[in-house]
Amino acid sequence: MTDESDLAAILLTLKLATVTTVVLLLIATPIAWWLARTRSWLKAPVGAVVALPIVLPPTVLGFYLLVTMGPHGTVGQFTQAMGIGLLPFTFAGLVVGSVLYSFPFVVQPLQNAFEAIGERPLEAAATLRASPLDRFFSVALPMARPAYLTATVLGFAHTMGEFGVVLMIGGNIPYKTRVISVQIFDHVEALEYAHAHWLAAGMLLFSFLVLLTMYTLNPTGRRR
Amino acid sequence: MSAIHARFKVNYPGFSLDVDLDLPGRGVTALFGESGSGKTTCLRAIAGLERTANTYLSVNGAVWQDDARGILLPAYRRPVGYVFQEVSLFEHLNVRRNLDYGVKRVPAAERRVSLAQVVDLLGIAHLLDRKPGTLSGGECQRVSIARALAVSPAVLLMDEPLAALDAKRKGEIIPYLERLHDELEIPVIYVSHSLEEVARLADFLVLLEEGRIVASGQAVDMMTRLDQTLAHGDSASALIIATVTSHDAGYHLTCVDFPGGALMLPYHPLQIGQRVRVRIQARDVSLTLEKQTGTSILNILPATVLALSDDSPGQVIVALDAGGARMLARVTRKSVAALELIPGKAVYAQIKSVAILG
Repeated sequence: MTDESDLAAILLTLKLATVTTVVLLLIATPIAWWLARTRSWLKAPVGAVVALPIVLPPTVLGFYLLVTMGPHGTVGQFTQAMGIGLLPFTFAGLVVGSVLYSFPFVVQPLQNAFEAIGERPLEAAATLRASPLDRFFSVALPMARPAYLTATVLGFAHTMGEFGVVLMIGGNIPYKTRVISVQIFDHVEALEYAHAHWLAAGMLLFSFLVLLTMYTLNPTGRRR
Repeated sequence: MSAIHARFKVNYPGFSLDVDLDLPGRGVTALFGESGSGKTTCLRAIAGLERTANTYLSVNGAVWQDDARGILLPAYRRPVGYVFQEVSLFEHLNVRRNLDYGVKRVPAAERRVSLAQVVDLLGIAHLLDRKPGTLSGGECQRVSIARALAVSPAVLLMDEPLAALDAKRKGEIIPYLERLHDELEIPVIYVSHSLEEVARLADFLVLLEEGRIVASGQAVDMMTRLDQTLAHGDSASALIIATVTSHDAGYHLTCVDFPGGALMLPYHPLQIGQRVRVRIQARDVSLTLEKQTGTSILNILPATVLALSDDSPGQVIVALDAGGARMLARVTRKSVAALELIPGKAVYAQIKSVAILG
């Protein structure tokens, strides 16, 4: 059965996924918008950087985050100067790592949706007196709503399932940075298979239900 | 009286535009030309959707853009209505909210056209609660036109609004455009490559070719100017503005009057006194020196030869004056010689068929 530390891991994971998803939606929206509409030569390099976490081993990402956010890294020195302290082995550090790790899973659906909208509805809105910001909120955002559902689900679920990045920058501190995936690993190492099963099966079911919801609410091919 | 003055320059690889437009502030002005002639670019530049170099643009005395003085009104501050060639309705909003979209962004003091008026004008009252995805192409375009008009624009810009529709849908929309022309004071700039649409709708005509203005003037004059391509080829025709005088129910005919005389046309359910556009194709007009009798042709008018111009190798286009109205006749070179047609010669124009436009 689950014990207190399992419950703590579950709650921590949900909190991390929620915070990460909110941060992701806020950051990914302008970047996806820019990627969808720019003709700058920077589009390709920026797009590639955004997609990196898809192909990189999470340990690589985690390693560099640990180095840059550590006491001798640029980010680490900045956060210390700001009086925030160091991010590794804290919840904030986990959020930073998770945001980077799940970034492409949120940016790409949004970017695709913004590209699919095209210029025409926005130009029509401009001739109907809508300012650029107004056009974004009254036309682009509502038209991209299905993509926001996809991006939210993918960002949340992907963060729930991460392992390598959190292990590298979160360490494995019970009640503080130990998320479900790490907890499962610990159970397996301690040969507590029954415990591991409960959590693993829970993750499996959860992930399936989340994706089922997404595909039900947002069937592809509905667009004319 | 020119209300719209514009100067646009564009230089892309493979496309250049250099125009100086002086357009009237009333009626329908057609920008007419082949695709790639720059007519759509002009329209987009007026709306502020396209950036052009060295631009000057004033509408009804207000300067919207003057690059020399650093004046640039962004698209959303320009009081235009714009109808795109393809459907541009907001799919996430129903028809009513599509119409409201522009209206609620226009200050109440600047609203001169009521929503009820445009809904009625375009006959879309029954569509208000529908989503754009459920409308036909013709219905979509009517809603688009209504949406553009509802913002009380200083000028309505239409970019080939009928081009994406089949002939039947076109036929459905043109009467609404004609009503708009007759009932609203808003000047319209209409981009088209269809002579048919231009003949039916345009008062003023600007001919564009490869990014340059070839000629501009009143549509009735432009159609018959022998130095222009419009007055040549198979579709060459004259436009005549006439007034309905009577109907002959027995023979199913409608009679109209114009300064050059009277014409009998196939019956149209029009009111007596109504002004109509009549199109006479050059290939349907033949010339005689004496008035023929014993002919099946109903419409024979006295006219004077104004000018002649070669058309195809064997054929000549003859410009005629009939009581001040201009007409075209396409005849063979052999006939020109046989009849000794020269400018100033009095002839009779036999008109085999006359089409009423709307």
